[in-house]
Amino acid sequence: MQLVLEKRAERSNTIALVSPLIAIGLTIVTMTILFAILGKNPFLALQAYFVAPLIDSYSLQEIAVKATPLVMIAIGLSLCYLANAWNIGAEGQFLIGAVAGSWIAVKTQGTDAGPWVLPAMLVLAAAAGALYALIPAICKVKFGASEILTSLMLVYVADLLLDYLVRGPWRDPNGFNFPTTAEFDPVATVPLLIEGGRLHLGSIIALLVVAAAAILLGRTIKGFEIRVVGAAPRAARFGGFNANQLIILTFAVSGALAGLAGIIEVAGPVGHLQPGISPGYGFTAIIVAFLGRLNPIGILIAGLFLALTFIGGEQAQIAMKIPLDVTKVFQGILLFYVLACDSLILYRFKLVFPSRQVARGAG
Amino acid sequence: MKKSLLALVAGLLLAGNVSAASAADKLKVGFIYLGPIGDLGWTYQHELARQALVKELGDKIETTYLENVPEGPDAERAIEQLVRAGNKLIFTTSFGYMDPTLKVAKKYPNVHFEHATGYKRDKNMSTYSAKWYQGRYIQGLIAAKMSKSGVLGYIGSFPIPEVVSGINATILAAQTINPNIKVKIIWANTWFDPGKEADAAKALIDQGADIIMQHTDSPAAMQIASERGKLAFGQDSEMIKFGPKTQLTSILDTWGSYYIERVKAELDGTWKSEDSWGGLDSHLFAMAPYTNMPDDVKKIAEDAQAAITAGKLHPFKCPVIGQDGKEIECKGGANLADGQILGMNFYVKGIDDKLPGK
Amino acid sequence: MELVEAIILSVLAASTPLLIAATGELVTERSGVLNLGVEGMMIVGAACGFGGAWLTGSIFVGALFGIVAGTLMSLMFALMALGLAVNQVATGLALTILGVGLSGLIGAGFVGERITPAAHLNIPGLTDIPLVGRVLFGEDAFIYFSIALIIGVWWFLYRTRAGLILRACGDNHISAHALGYPVLHIRTLAVMFGGACAGLAGAYLPLAYTPFFIPGMTAGRGWIALALVVFASWRPGRLVVGAYLFGAVTILQLHAQGWGVGIPSQFMSALPYLATVIVLVLLSRARTGGSTAPAALGTVFVPDR
Repeated sequence: MQLVLEKRAERSNTIALVSPLIAIGLTIVTMTILFAILGKNPFLALQAYFVAPLIDSYSLQEIAVKATPLVMIAIGLSLCYLANAWNIGAEGQFLIGAVAGSWIAVKTQGTDAGPWVLPAMLVLAAAAGALYALIPAICKVKFGASEILTSLMLVYVADLLLDYLVRGPWRDPNGFNFPTTAEFDPVATVPLLIEGGRLHLGSIIALLVVAAAAILLGRTIKGFEIRVVGAAPRAARFGGFNANQLIILTFAVSGALAGLAGIIEVAGPVGHLQPGISPGYGFTAIIVAFLGRLNPIGILIAGLFLALTFIGGEQAQIAMKIPLDVTKVFQGILLFYVLACDSLILYRFKLVFPSRQVARGAG
Repeated sequence: MKKSLLALVAGLLLAGNVSAASAADKLKVGFIYLGPIGDLGWTYQHELARQALVKELGDKIETTYLENVPEGPDAERAIEQLVRAGNKLIFTTSFGYMDPTLKVAKKYPNVHFEHATGYKRDKNMSTYSAKWYQGRYIQGLIAAKMSKSGVLGYIGSFPIPEVVSGINATILAAQTINPNIKVKIIWANTWFDPGKEADAAKALIDQGADIIMQHTDSPAAMQIASERGKLAFGQDSEMIKFGPKTQLTSILDTWGSYYIERVKAELDGTWKSEDSWGGLDSHLFAMAPYTNMPDDVKKIAEDAQAAITAGKLHPFKCPVIGQDGKEIECKGGANLADGQILGMNFYVKGIDDKLPGK
Repeated sequence: MELVEAIILSVLAASTPLLIAATGELVTERSGVLNLGVEGMMIVGAACGFGGAWLTGSIFVGALFGIVAGTLMSLMFALMALGLAVNQVATGLALTILGVGLSGLIGAGFVGERITPAAHLNIPGLTDIPLVGRVLFGEDAFIYFSIALIIGVWWFLYRTRAGLILRACGDNHISAHALGYPVLHIRTLAVMFGGACAGLAGAYLPLAYTPFFIPGMTAGRGWIALALVVFASWRPGRLVVGAYLFGAVTILQLHAQGWGVGIPSQFMSALPYLATVIVLVLLSRARTGGSTAPAALGTVFVPDR
């Protein structure tokens, strides 16, 4: 007996709606068993993960703050992935954006530079992220070098550059030699939306990005081109679409969004440049992009949902003393189930018995 | 029917209240940890201290911790989560939590915060740290006595003042015994990567060092020294298990008594914002037993420890000569001022290496 | 001269976990599957490997535990990416998250324990030969095994029919399927081999390198192994060169600091990654018709029926 997949004639819309629910259900079953093994009350634990963060305004704000960079980066990545361009290095583009934008903040520190500072930082960060993403894109188009790996390698280079700058030239002169820049001036800081909270303008920008992506993909020729090149490269060639040009374009856009997310994070929740500004946003965003099925609205939901598990994980640690490792296992299992169930949208599972000879060369 | 439902709801509410009340009787104390509690180094020592605290005051307090909290945008949220869970005294145990702690402290003036190793304070935010350089001075004396090659190997994490002042204190002490002592310094650029720490220890030994000193967290360097038949000093925690014939001593972070003291103050209502920077005369750190050395060396170490504890000996006694041969301005009277040590970014004479970022 | 020997010894030890993990991933990728979860499989291998050795007192049993753990992890990947045709990049990343969590849970029981590390070969007479004695005749079993492993993989890929079929699956799964080869079965086996190697590489760390277990002790080595496969342009011979080169740069960077060479250590640390990008470009450029990567790498294959 063997499990095989069979492609559906068309994607199943019913399953597209139901599959996340099946996945969550399976996760709950699995985690209930795990919690029981660990001697924790599964009901309370699951409540801490899924319910508690959703019932007070503070946690909701925090979910939005955490989701903001994830959604912005994932939107850019989804364009790449739709066009069959594999940008894995968003983490590096995020860091380079943060570095480039911070350059303006550091250089204008303590001067009476006006309100142009923050917009300039955002623009420069986006440009730097785009340029950094163009390195793997151009290597791919010109030399055929695998963009998956060049973009991944450049993450480490960006990380070390940031490290060098904050430990050397950009170090806060009054910071007792610790590796951080001085706190940014108010003109170089992303404004808060609610006094006393942490929700900032970046979340609005992220929403605009989601809307823009939805329009781009749904309503424009460029969006159509991206989808065709990814889904049917040969048809695209006949249609006169230039796949290489799209690789360059989507890499640049996703790099720009990652860079923008980087500077927003630094000039927003963090407030200065330091090592460790990203707890792996660039990699988590890859998962967000796939969880959201490379669809802008889906990505928004997936980003918020993943943020929920982070916040919930902390609350479970506080309320139930559940180790962080359990939260990671929980996230891993959840991702597995969601990805697996999404497979049902395109495929049907079938059990095949070995007695049925598979015809050679069928297809 | 309606009535019984109401009674049920009321009963549930009441039950909720009762449990909340019994929890409210106890002071809630929170901790933010940088690493996993099993890191055998920095976070592990804070966790041991928390356990000591629970053992001492467990009937009056309830503790909670969040582990593996990165020093980035997540830190502020993690701290605030502890506040919102009702913790009234919160220890944030790494330098990178400084600004996030300050931000949360400003937002919640009625909650008290204790930040380890930073320099920013507020009405409700204390700082605490230890004068580990005093321990490093003692290690410098032992190292110079025990080294046959006259070359010490030093594994640094990052060139921050705490580490730089440790290197300087070591070499100043060693020079009092062997004026020609050499030190080779390798920056691992990480607090924690056992493989890399082991590689650094190997490189130092291969280049002629016969005493390994470390300012990184894992026992890897101790094990390499042990394998190669060299001597080494532990860091943060007792590492003698990893080098029974190797460890000379170790600087132990002993936060327990400080935590107990501060929590007691909180319970008595006498908590005040303070800057605790304790030396050997406090209980913020201790020296592990002096082992694997002859009695005369042990006596030198013990005498130095007694003199430092009594305030008779200061590792940075003026004049301190910088690497360029110029005397460092003496801002603290007979010794370098605390501020000069807390922000130390120069090497003393006798180190022929360049401080990164200089 | 002794210093040279010592440096070579350190380089060999530092390179071995990278070489073992990368060898496994090379076979996986040659079959057309990109498993980005090497780090996750390694860290679980490290926790289980140490656990096995600690419970039984045998390094050999520890290594077996590591291999089994890595294989089980890779089976989860295979079920998802091959069985259910889920995107390989996303599955690999999810596998790493899961692995980090699992290793922490498994390892929590023996943090702070220590074991006697793997013994080094000692043949009186041979091991004492100056300069080369310890390098050739004084290593631990993992190092000899890693070399045998890569030679075996080379022989398998280029000298056996099975290896040819595996490469065919990686280059064009549609043709391979049309010729009647069970593409998914072959790929599953390749993924399992990759998992076994990653688990062993992870186990090497607490069994031979630094004989204790600490959460997160792989510290990114799985990602470097992935890079090495590309650096080697999917060829076993170049993989050996790449792994030892990477180990050498890492070790020499530390030695350079000890000698007081005043280059920012961040720059030295970035060198291997920059070198990988440049090598990748040069190699891809040298061959007309694009990259040397297996053509079907990372693409989903669902056989038509």
